[in-house]
Amino acid sequence: MVDITPTRTTTPEPIARPPSTVRRWLESIALLRESWVGSIGAVIVLGFALMAVLAPLIAPYDPNLPMVPFAFPLSAAPDGGVFWLGTDHLGRDMLSRIVWGGQRVLIYATVATMAAYVVGVLMGLMAGYFRGWTDEIITFIANVILSFPVMVLYVLIIAKFGASGANIVLAVVFASSPGIMRIVRSLTLDIATREYVIAAQTRGESSWYIMLWEILPNARGPLIVDFCLRMGYTTITIGALGFLGLGLPPPDPDWGGMITETRSFVLAGFPHMAIIPAVAVSLLVLGFNMLADGLREVALRD
Amino acid sequence: MLNLILRRLGIMLLIMLVVSMLLFFMNEGDPKLVARSVLGPFAQDQQLEAWIQQNGYDRPIMVRYIDWLVRLSQGDLGDSIIYKVPVNEIFWDRLANTGILAGVTFLVMVALALVLGVLAGIKEGSIQDRVISFVSIITTSIPEYASAVILGGIFVFWLGWLPGTSSMTAGFNPVELILPVMVLTLYGFGYIARMTRASMAEVMTSQYIRTAVLKGIPYNRVVMRHALRNALIAPFTVIMLQFNWLLSGVVVTEYAFGYKGFGALLLEAALRRDIYVIEACGIVAVFVAVTTQTIGDIVYTYLNPRIRFS
Repeated sequence: MVDITPTRTTTPEPIARPPSTVRRWLESIALLRESWVGSIGAVIVLGFALMAVLAPLIAPYDPNLPMVPFAFPLSAAPDGGVFWLGTDHLGRDMLSRIVWGGQRVLIYATVATMAAYVVGVLMGLMAGYFRGWTDEIITFIANVILSFPVMVLYVLIIAKFGASGANIVLAVVFASSPGIMRIVRSLTLDIATREYVIAAQTRGESSWYIMLWEILPNARGPLIVDFCLRMGYTTITIGALGFLGLGLPPPDPDWGGMITETRSFVLAGFPHMAIIPAVAVSLLVLGFNMLADGLREVALRD
Repeated sequence: MLNLILRRLGIMLLIMLVVSMLLFFMNEGDPKLVARSVLGPFAQDQQLEAWIQQNGYDRPIMVRYIDWLVRLSQGDLGDSIIYKVPVNEIFWDRLANTGILAGVTFLVMVALALVLGVLAGIKEGSIQDRVISFVSIITTSIPEYASAVILGGIFVFWLGWLPGTSSMTAGFNPVELILPVMVLTLYGFGYIARMTRASMAEVMTSQYIRTAVLKGIPYNRVVMRHALRNALIAPFTVIMLQFNWLLSGVVVTEYAFGYKGFGALLLEAALRRDIYVIEACGIVAVFVAVTTQTIGDIVYTYLNPRIRFS
């Protein structure tokens, strides 16, 4: 294989076309199979995603339909079916509520986290690439927002502007984009000194081209890990807001809200109503955390 | 060093100033809304106007802000709308309760996290490392409101060992503190443990530890005297940042157990538009968070000789 004859070619070998950006992002995710923690995480998250997509097929009943109150898991339903996870205090089927609630949580968590990422990435790129005053101002604003304990910030915002889906998304964007900004900023500061960025600058590419097409794709590793972690945090947050009564409006199921509505029945002998959504939230967050852990492990290996 | 401290304090002061402005404009920006909150939903427009005039809310907002800031610095937090008493009368008791909860949690959590982190990090990749790391991923995935009902199910409903609420109606009862502390610790220790583990693992593979072992110093002594000291620098900042997180967790946990603390007060105030209480809670929360962060930064710099002498 090794060619030892000294040759001098005047025309260099044609450089293979670099793989497309999408391809590269997918490849870094595909490496995940090398980590069992990451694989389990991926299976959990994909399982919940599948459940959310197939909600109309999986959920046996209307999640808001009152039937038999206080039924335990696996008890028979009047129509001949089974309440696999029992019913709640109003007689609504728990399985259907978990499934539909999961869809709601996943949709809001994804939209909110993505939106926070758009804002955080743009701010971070600007702060890290332009530096100087742009950096000072963006960093200061981020520090102000990050100086609030997160939950205090959410309570203040939601109590002021009201609980609605849009406000929850906005609150998440406001509270978590500074953290994303910080990561992107430090990655940008580092990547901006690389040869390919300097080459692009010499070619006369615009700043935004360089930021979005040269720097951002090369920062993808840590960002994918952070994205998974943040999906977990956002899931926790949406649940917490529901729990505190600041979440998505009832009666549509929402895991945090389900816990709050039924937790007083734990002591009355019906622990399943509150514990099942609590386990569901924890499991989904665990999936995201394990996924992030696996991705980090794989990234460190090469 | 002094320069650094002064700069940190300056930034801290600036952040507090901006935060106070945000809180003030958010809550008292519109005088009509303030009057509405104070007088209730049934007040007539005329009454609102009269109240605005009487209480000086017809002055320009910047004047009112500075006035508010001056009163704040003199310790006057205004009156609670719900409780009809000065905020000072309820606020500090609540804050002290939270201080007890957060303080006990902090001690338990940090002790547990450091021990587990060091045990895991001493031998990277060993079975004890894997078990500890895996357990800490699981516990950091269980948010407070989930563990509150799960642990409540186990210890209150099933075993009957602990009380389910922590309202301390019959005076201070340490037993009522157990569940909230467990809930906060469970969710919080994993992060510090992981940081400690990473830091410890890094130190254990370093040249000077190898030298110490090769020199024939007993392994326990290498760990205790050489490794720990360096390994605990990095987790220190993380630990100080935990105060910020702890204040977050406290809001949810206090609500979950009916504990009469600052978090529960903030939530109640926010839901019922008790603006002066909201402002007091917001300012104090940010003050605690920023102060611990600043201390963390300064001490970290002091502990890390590479930064100290550069």
